[in-house]
Amino acid sequence: MYVIGERINGMFKDVRKAIQECNTEIVQNLAKAQLEAGANALDVNVGPAAADATEAMVWLVQTIRQVTQAPLAIDTTKPEVMEAGLAEAGAGSIINSTTGQEEKLTVFMPMAQKHKAAIIALTIDEKGIPRDAAGRTEIALRIVASAFENGIEDMQRLFIDPVILPVNVAQTVPQQVMDALREVRLLSDPPPKTVLGLSNVSQGTALRSLINRTYLVMAIAAGLDGAILDPMDEELMNAGITAELLLDKQVYCDDYLKAYLSSVKSG
Amino acid sequence: MVFEVPVEKWASAVNTVTLGATAAEGGTRASTVTVGGSTTLPFLHFEGEIPNRPVIAMEVLDMEPQSWPETLSAPFDGVLNDPAAWAKKCVEEYGAEMICLRLLSAHPDSLNTGPEEAAAAVKKVLGAVGVPLIIWGCGQADKDNEIMPRASEAAAGENCLLGSAEQDNYKTITAACLADGHKLITAAPIDINIQKQVNILVTEMGLDAGRIVMFQATGGLGYGMEYAYSIMERTRLAALGGDKMLSMPLLAVVGPEAWKAKEAKTLEADAPQWGAEKERGVLWEAMTATCFLHGGTDILVMWHPKAVEMVRTTIDGLMKK
Repeated sequence: MYVIGERINGMFKDVRKAIQECNTEIVQNLAKAQLEAGANALDVNVGPAAADATEAMVWLVQTIRQVTQAPLAIDTTKPEVMEAGLAEAGAGSIINSTTGQEEKLTVFMPMAQKHKAAIIALTIDEKGIPRDAAGRTEIALRIVASAFENGIEDMQRLFIDPVILPVNVAQTVPQQVMDALREVRLLSDPPPKTVLGLSNVSQGTALRSLINRTYLVMAIAAGLDGAILDPMDEELMNAGITAELLLDKQVYCDDYLKAYLSSVKSG
Repeated sequence: MVFEVPVEKWASAVNTVTLGATAAEGGTRASTVTVGGSTTLPFLHFEGEIPNRPVIAMEVLDMEPQSWPETLSAPFDGVLNDPAAWAKKCVEEYGAEMICLRLLSAHPDSLNTGPEEAAAAVKKVLGAVGVPLIIWGCGQADKDNEIMPRASEAAAGENCLLGSAEQDNYKTITAACLADGHKLITAAPIDINIQKQVNILVTEMGLDAGRIVMFQATGGLGYGMEYAYSIMERTRLAALGGDKMLSMPLLAVVGPEAWKAKEAKTLEADAPQWGAEKERGVLWEAMTATCFLHGGTDILVMWHPKAVEMVRTTIDGLMKK
């Protein structure tokens, strides 16, 4: 399970405050705590409140880089903010994200290639979010083709995100996304990786953590490779690690949870 | 049509472990041995790096072996009651890269010797040879907890490989290993799950995962060899897949297992259809060792010098790119 820690995001009050006050400690503690909890990479999003998004992104990346060299997922829709974040974060970063829209692909795919970055691509096109799995898979195919055209042939660098929506507004989507996860695996050999912005599934619900971890397990069973989630939700992490154990992706031992974390931290 | 060899891309590598310490490193060894580091399955040079060749440690007992067949004892004529002379012969005449000293005399069913004798044996062998040492207890847990701390202390700073830590008995030997600067063998008989658990237990005591070599029991050819082989293979696949608690190099104890087989030691007079026992026993050990090389073994513990020679030639061939 490739875990991208979601907590460094200006949508959260503590991070918004940290950005406004240039408080490095809050950001650095969040970076360290997420990695300690088993994150492979850290998402970095300045949120809607930053006065100058580029400046805020550069500050966030520099602040994180003082405590870790872990891969960073630069999370923005704005190309100039993305470019600045990638330049600061260095090789091995992740673009979060492009969509399947032509105008986005032509900007972000070459940018991924230029910075030797991985890229997350949402299955959204000019018509919006498809209503079913087939629509998602169709856009994913266009994304894979675009990656190849731009020289990204290593499918380890391409993450397809089939876009999960809140269960309280779109209750059939979780199943459609699982179908899409299965279909995306058939698009190329080796297939692109898959990822979800997991917390979206529970947006606005009362039992967020329970919904998140239940769906994480279901999505992993459908082939999900990674997720943007809160790694400090211990039960969520444990559920994901256990799902992979039950799928024979890790060798069992009594302390398999510890073994997983130790592999992530030393690897 | 051009055939393209399928090449697997692995995420990780086997740990690299160096054994033995020279004067510059605080020990007295004339040579050191480095194993592990592979980024692919055994000998697939086209797929990844295999920076270090498998090594052969010859085993020396701290007491005269009982009931060894003539074929096996003949090459060690006159030294089998003296571990230092035995070790020296292994290194100087038979080219052993390491010596595995087995403190068998401490076993309560054997001579029941104590920690002083164990420490003395270690010192004598260290003085007689310049290669790195594996120091292995008698296999009886309580007794090993008594003798191994002293044996370890007698070799402090020599960066030896101590055996062995097991799920139900790992604390004493791990502590000795930490105190005296050695490396550790973690053992779990034919059980990959317990092997992983033992590795977690000893690392939680503060022993770095890079100081561990794994021993998953060895079956002789015809006597369960394939069980050990498949466990090793699965372990290696887990290591290459990034499981840091299964990424340690592997050790196989071939000599004792191969020579347990009746096929290795039955005399020709008793089984004329099997041919001369002189060649048969050696081949049994060499074949067992060769199989384990393909399973991913990094350190082979062997007995007969002729088998050692054959396997060394095999390794030479397998390491050619």
